[in-house]
Amino acid sequence: MQTVQPRSLPLRLPRVRPGGVLPILAILAVLLVLVGIRQPDFLAPQSLMSFLGRSAPIILLAAGQYFVIVSGEFDLSVGSLVTAQVVVAARLIDSDPARTWPVVLLLLAFGVLVGLVNGLITTRLRVPSFITTLGMFLILVGAVYLWSDGAPKGGLSEEFRRFGRRAFEDVPLLGRVPYALLVLVVLAVAAVLLMRSDFGRTLVAVGDNPRTAELSGVRVWRTRTFAFILSGLAAAVAAILLGGYSGVSFQAGAGLEFGAITAVVLGGVALGGGRGAVVGAMLGALTLELLFALMNFYGVSGALRSTVQGAIILLAVAVSATRSSSR
Amino acid sequence: MSDPPPTPLLTLRGIGKSFLGVRVLDGVDLDVAPGEVHAVVGENGAGKSTLMKIVSGGYAPDGGTVEFAGARRTFRGPRDAQRAGIGIIHQEFNLLPERTVAENVYLGHEPVRRGLVDRRGMLDRTTRLLASVGETTLPADARVGQLGVAQQQVVEIAKALALDARLLIMDEPTAALADHEVELLYGLVRRLQERGIGLLYVSHRLAEVFDLSGRITVLKDGRRVTTVDTADTTADELVRHMVGRELSSYYPDRAAPEDRGPVRLNLRDAGNRKLRDVNLQLRAGEVLGIGGLQGSGRSALARAIFGVSPFTTGDVTLDDRPVRLRSPRTAMRAGIAYVTEDRKGEGIVPRQSVLDNALLASRAVFAARSGRAARTTRVRELLAAVEIRGAGDDQEIRFLSGGNQQKVVLARWLALNPRILLFDEPTRGIDVGAKSAIHDLVRRLARDGAAVLMISSDLPELLGMSDRIVVMRDGHVAGELPAGATEEEVVALAVGTVREPAQ
Repeated sequence: MQTVQPRSLPLRLPRVRPGGVLPILAILAVLLVLVGIRQPDFLAPQSLMSFLGRSAPIILLAAGQYFVIVSGEFDLSVGSLVTAQVVVAARLIDSDPARTWPVVLLLLAFGVLVGLVNGLITTRLRVPSFITTLGMFLILVGAVYLWSDGAPKGGLSEEFRRFGRRAFEDVPLLGRVPYALLVLVVLAVAAVLLMRSDFGRTLVAVGDNPRTAELSGVRVWRTRTFAFILSGLAAAVAAILLGGYSGVSFQAGAGLEFGAITAVVLGGVALGGGRGAVVGAMLGALTLELLFALMNFYGVSGALRSTVQGAIILLAVAVSATRSSSR
Repeated sequence: MSDPPPTPLLTLRGIGKSFLGVRVLDGVDLDVAPGEVHAVVGENGAGKSTLMKIVSGGYAPDGGTVEFAGARRTFRGPRDAQRAGIGIIHQEFNLLPERTVAENVYLGHEPVRRGLVDRRGMLDRTTRLLASVGETTLPADARVGQLGVAQQQVVEIAKALALDARLLIMDEPTAALADHEVELLYGLVRRLQERGIGLLYVSHRLAEVFDLSGRITVLKDGRRVTTVDTADTTADELVRHMVGRELSSYYPDRAAPEDRGPVRLNLRDAGNRKLRDVNLQLRAGEVLGIGGLQGSGRSALARAIFGVSPFTTGDVTLDDRPVRLRSPRTAMRAGIAYVTEDRKGEGIVPRQSVLDNALLASRAVFAARSGRAARTTRVRELLAAVEIRGAGDDQEIRFLSGGNQQKVVLARWLALNPRILLFDEPTRGIDVGAKSAIHDLVRRLARDGAAVLMISSDLPELLGMSDRIVVMRDGHVAGELPAGATEEEVVALAVGTVREPAQ
């Protein structure tokens, strides 16, 4: 073989589509390598499974937030919704196993209701969703305090807690697979299928240009309201998993809305809607969790979490904004 | 051409201007004498607004010279032109509704006494200024928001006079006025003339132009066609100057009389906020052209039929059955399709793929009815049939040319098998090749039995494509013309030089 002239080499980078999942996969890969260098044990199936199970709630919230953001809106209420759900569940179950399933159904209905109200206020009363869901956030916080007289009451049943806590033991190759991971996989597949359906394509179109969508016969208000409902449902499932994993407190859902939004943006989804994949949003959440794990391994203070999150959200939005305007 | 009156106030020589390589003004000469009303007329896009913006300092010309009050000037901006003595009264007023007349008139240069705004002095001066143009009933301390449109216009004029304007530009000053208010404006214009102020008067309405002006300059496609003494010309002659071009391009054959089917859509005395008493019939198999000036209600008509801003009065029947078209959705279910004028803002979802754009309407309205796979196959066939060149189905639509984007939008609607198609400026901003492809497609649809309504500002297109032409003016039907009508006839109806429809 002769020496190949460097110039004659066709430079073929994979075409990076704006809104695609390649960038986030690359970031995830880099983080995995860094984790592998610092803490090789972490990559063993056992701990990896457990990490994925722990991350399931935020990944689900990111998926829920994705539906809302890709349709051109925001949902700031999910964090306090998670808290409300956990506190409500504890009080209603009151450690009675027989009440587990009715309460689970009630929580899901609660999530749907909150999403419905958010959606209707935003689309029918034309309140910007930022304000609507901020209002909902405050309402839920206040209502939960009021309802529980300032301290969580009752307790979750073991039946309830197993979703977030237990696992299939002795699975070949993987070892211990948390129930939460199974829930995550099922819902993630459902989310991907939903985004490929007519509804999913229409949802993104609404976020891209609501005028065109309306003039093409889309009921924009219904589509967006449904996105809020999905976000509320995701919060309900996340609350069930989180309640089981970390127990009942007023802090159960604190800050999760920003975590979810950061994850969605990190996953290449455009704020304002119209671009991005639900897989990207979920990978974004996973990346964020991995980053926090990595910070932990390097002994970076956990107090920096929100600072890091803030920096990521600014950076990610700035990158996507300059990239899309330079085309 | 007539001799210009002595010592012109404003002299323009060879004014040119391009935007993004498109020449919108080319070598325009014009002059205005003190006390003269000089009218500027022309079709939409003839370059009138651009020219006025150059005179008032909004744009700098690429070529040519502006001489004002005997000196060559290069205005650095509107304020510079204002200080020099050139005022402009826009169609849309620039007033603060919460402030008084006097505060508006002296906004930014309030009379000052001992470091404070001299309110009394300001009121007195405003009252005198208003009186000087014959306005004695308007209190200087009235809140502008409470005034009628005509009075607000007076305030705008007083504002210009407070800056010692010697040349006033009026851009469609009567557009917002009721009939009786127009008379007041006439009186105002005469008094400004008496004070020796020069007026540049831009209007679509030829009646006013003849009532007020001493000379008329006709612009067409960015060039000055002629300048004539108003006394020496007629409305017909002006219209001929305004359009005067050859019908050159090729258009598909029109429908034969026997191809025209029954009345599909019938509007009786239909109206809403922008339309009144519209009577119109749209037949299967025909292309009905809708002409008229911008803002004459052409788009409002299409949007009312499609349920975007529905009719509030009158009756609509579809195939002889009364219908209420309350939303785009109901209109679509009734078999109506609407290709909007604003392709970027309302026609495409820019960051979605060609295929997603083409499927948008089918997914939204007829999702349950048809199988997904069959639907996608059909839309792919349609995309192939409209001949989108150089783009895959998976490409984001915003990277396509305007013509290809429009073809995708067409495919979206064709997928619904519409029986009535509303096209609003279907070929605006589209290259020639795509244009004739769309013309062919529109005609083919009509031949296959669809009823087509096509709005166009492009007169050759309107005349070349239409089996009948309905011309709109001020929100109602000004008249109907048969195939073979001339551009002059369309423009005459659009600007209102003839009262009765020419049959």
